[in-house]
Amino acid sequence: MASKKFNNVYIKNSFSLAGPVEKQGSIKDYDLVMDDYYFQAKTFEQAEIKMQKTVIDNLLNRSKLINSEVDLLVSGDLSNQISVSSYAASNYSIPFFGVYSACASFVQSLITGADFLDNKRKGNVICVTSSHNLHAEKQFRFPIEYGAPKPTTTTFTATGAVACLLTKEQTNIKVESYTIGKVIDMGCKDASHMGAVMAPAAANVIMSHLTELERDINYYDLILTGDLGCIGSKILSEFLKRAYGLKMKQHLDAGCELYLKSQEETYAGASGPVALPLYLFNKVLKQKKKQKILIVGTGSLHNPFFVNQKLSIPAVAHAVSLEVNG
Amino acid sequence: MRKEEYQKLVSEYTPKENKWKNAVIAFLVGGLVGFIGQVIVAILQNSFGMETTEACSWLCIIMIFLASLGTALGFFDSWVTKCKAGLFLPTTGFAHSVTSAALDYRKDGFITGLGSSFFKLAGSVLLYGIISGFFLAILGVIFHG
Repeated sequence: MASKKFNNVYIKNSFSLAGPVEKQGSIKDYDLVMDDYYFQAKTFEQAEIKMQKTVIDNLLNRSKLINSEVDLLVSGDLSNQISVSSYAASNYSIPFFGVYSACASFVQSLITGADFLDNKRKGNVICVTSSHNLHAEKQFRFPIEYGAPKPTTTTFTATGAVACLLTKEQTNIKVESYTIGKVIDMGCKDASHMGAVMAPAAANVIMSHLTELERDINYYDLILTGDLGCIGSKILSEFLKRAYGLKMKQHLDAGCELYLKSQEETYAGASGPVALPLYLFNKVLKQKKKQKILIVGTGSLHNPFFVNQKLSIPAVAHAVSLEVNG
Repeated sequence: MRKEEYQKLVSEYTPKENKWKNAVIAFLVGGLVGFIGQVIVAILQNSFGMETTEACSWLCIIMIFLASLGTALGFFDSWVTKCKAGLFLPTTGFAHSVTSAALDYRKDGFITGLGSSFFKLAGSVLLYGIISGFFLAILGVIFHG
């Protein structure tokens, strides 16, 4: 069993930075937006480091905290050896843990942070995640200016960074429980169809979560998956129905919701670890309509070498249950 | 659920690419590129008094320059995305693949970035082009002496 309940771990604050394509999407009131992909840095890679630094600085300011008052910094991103997170963390005198579950990294950082705080009387943990479209394209796909034609199932790596503060102090957003997912490989080899790669992992962790905590699927007002995209979301619903006999009534996928349908360059929707927290903090939690929310981060655990060697792609998903009051 | 069943489920939900539409677009755009090339050759022959071979060499240089300039100015990639094989197969595509890789790696060092990644995409075209040229030459010698 890889589920756990918490008594008092809460999300206190968050700070979101969104990229140039994201700011034209379905959410208009991000804390900060970028005018271009360079974000006044020399390269895209350095821009992503600056993005993480910007959200951490702003979160510290907003929460009126100094470095020594934060017990732990947990960050994740998509770059090789998660170096963006490490370089960003080198600016702070805060103990650091780097995490990687591809696009499920944000949820993994929440789980790690909340677990760390669970047995403490007080404490603060900052969870950070980021992704950068052009940095990811360069690492995983063709050169950016090549404009290689892509199939409609492709997802578009979201650009942005989000930092959030976990604390023991009571707030209106409670981190209620989590379930760690298994790595699932259903034989998909297409790295441009990540929704199909990740949907079974998402379904599996949802099922485990409900079984282990003895809950019905309708217990949740909203199941928010990370970045399955519009096509992957449909596959998830169908998979849950056929494999487990579960019918989701309240489901949204952050990747599918983040952009407008008119943004054709985004194909099947957003991907990247930042898609889920961007949508969670700037839409779902701001609207305050849902009380019980299950967030399911989904990660496609491929790297270009194994894709070229024609291995099928494993995926993982982790779930965290949030309870919102007032 | 077994893997085969899942693959079936995935294909039910995966939109089919319209291959005929892509082929027609590629045919028209590729043909247009060829037509423009022919016009340039004719101009070079008639106005500059060049021989066909010389005019064709100049044509290549002009096309490569235009495609690379378009890539550097940042609009050629969206044309390639729309026109697909119509633009990435002719000489324009070869030039574009080299320039786009160069742009990607230009800040990663002259040797470690630009130099080593310059032919990231075009490398296979060069390698297999040279190999097939070699074998075709051998066939040419055997059959035509």
